[in-house]
Amino acid sequence: MPPLLKLEALAPLVQSPLHPEGASFEVRAGTTVAIMGPSGCGKSRLLRTIADLEPSSGTVWLNGQEKKTIPAPLWRRRVVYCAAESGWWADRVGDHFQPSVRLTMALEAVGLPAEAMEWSVPRLSSGERQRLALLRALTLPSEDGEGRVYLLDEPTAALDPDSTLRVEALLRTVLSPSCAVLMITHHREQAARLANRLLCFDAGRLVAKALAP
Amino acid sequence: MINTSTYIALRDLDLFIASGLVILNAILSLLLGLGVARQMLIAAVRMVVQLAVMALVLVALFRHATPALTALTCLVMLVFAGYEISNRQARPLAGWWTWGLSTGAVFLSGTAVSLLALTTQIHAEPWWDPRYALPLLGMIVGNTMNGISQSLNALTSQAYGDRLAIEARLALGGTRWQALQPAIRAAARAGLMGIINSMASSGLVFIPGMMAGQLLTGVPPMDAARYQILIMFLIAGGTGLGTVIAIILGALRLTDDRHRLRLERLQVRTKL
Repeated sequence: MPPLLKLEALAPLVQSPLHPEGASFEVRAGTTVAIMGPSGCGKSRLLRTIADLEPSSGTVWLNGQEKKTIPAPLWRRRVVYCAAESGWWADRVGDHFQPSVRLTMALEAVGLPAEAMEWSVPRLSSGERQRLALLRALTLPSEDGEGRVYLLDEPTAALDPDSTLRVEALLRTVLSPSCAVLMITHHREQAARLANRLLCFDAGRLVAKALAP
Repeated sequence: MINTSTYIALRDLDLFIASGLVILNAILSLLLGLGVARQMLIAAVRMVVQLAVMALVLVALFRHATPALTALTCLVMLVFAGYEISNRQARPLAGWWTWGLSTGAVFLSGTAVSLLALTTQIHAEPWWDPRYALPLLGMIVGNTMNGISQSLNALTSQAYGDRLAIEARLALGGTRWQALQPAIRAAARAGLMGIINSMASSGLVFIPGMMAGQLLTGVPPMDAARYQILIMFLIAGGTGLGTVIAIILGALRLTDDRHRLRLERLQVRTKL
């Protein structure tokens, strides 16, 4: 079975912190891969280049289709990136979600009430922002039913331990046989709880590491 | 037709007395520590020199009017308009982009609207007569320049300030036009608000500059009003067209064909 996501020598084109050889690895459907490394080593920029938010060298395939052969907006609906610092373009939380999506259960799963859709964005705490931004990415409607990869940049960094466990439980339910998760974390315990594989940055190179804490 | 019997020529002494107001402003700025005295005096001196030189150039142009000389003067005005727009940007596009883009937008909108007015409304003989073509282009380009300058400034500043929101929309599969929509709307508002306010308050709050000038030189009020209305429409058309062109080109340069936000194409300028 071919990998859902495949990278070959992928690196940001502008001021890349990665080793010139770039990042090369595969992510299979139904799996979670954790990425770890010190701050500033290029983890977030790697996810951004996979999502095609930055110009890059190298190649990425999704389900055997090369990135440049797919229109960028469609690519990003299949390779969904959720940044560590979320962005909001309207005052009301609900205006950032597709009207057709039913969110009550998902909101409950991350410890937020249904009224959260009516909340004002400027009054959200950092934890609320993070959970809502994650839900926004996870509930993005799929138009073609193709396999999807979620690129999550420290999805629980602003959360307390209880909320972290809730989000982790939600992430496990997201993993259908046709989806995969590639996530950045600073916690080896979290990687051990969620991931099937661990990749660590070492002097600008990504190397596989054992998951055991 | 100008009623020369009511035309009052100004003497140098009149201008000198009026300049006392600018000097008074500069002194107030120094006393209150506002830090604008130097700029105000430099701007005032520049204005006097520029207008005096322009008057001399116009005298020569009116005497030896040719289409080539008129076109060359228009070109110089348009190039300087582009230069002025680039100079007023807090975060201009790097390289020659802001200058090229704004000169192109001013050129397209200014010449299109001026040509339309000269050939279909002013009916000057010949249509390129510098006595009509240059003041008309000057008024249209001056206002279009302000509109483009403010709209580009709003576009780049908002794109920079709202980069997280713009990238969030792009990351969720939005196109560059969807992601930049708030910045584009803010830019259009900034660029067009001047002429909208100007049209809305003309004749109610103030007498517009051109009409005031014509009244001072003895033109009948109804004729002066007609000219002013025409000019306002032309300025609105030129500013709208120029602003839209500049915003579209600016948004294209701020992004790329893979719908990515390319803020590294902006340069940061600390002083305006």
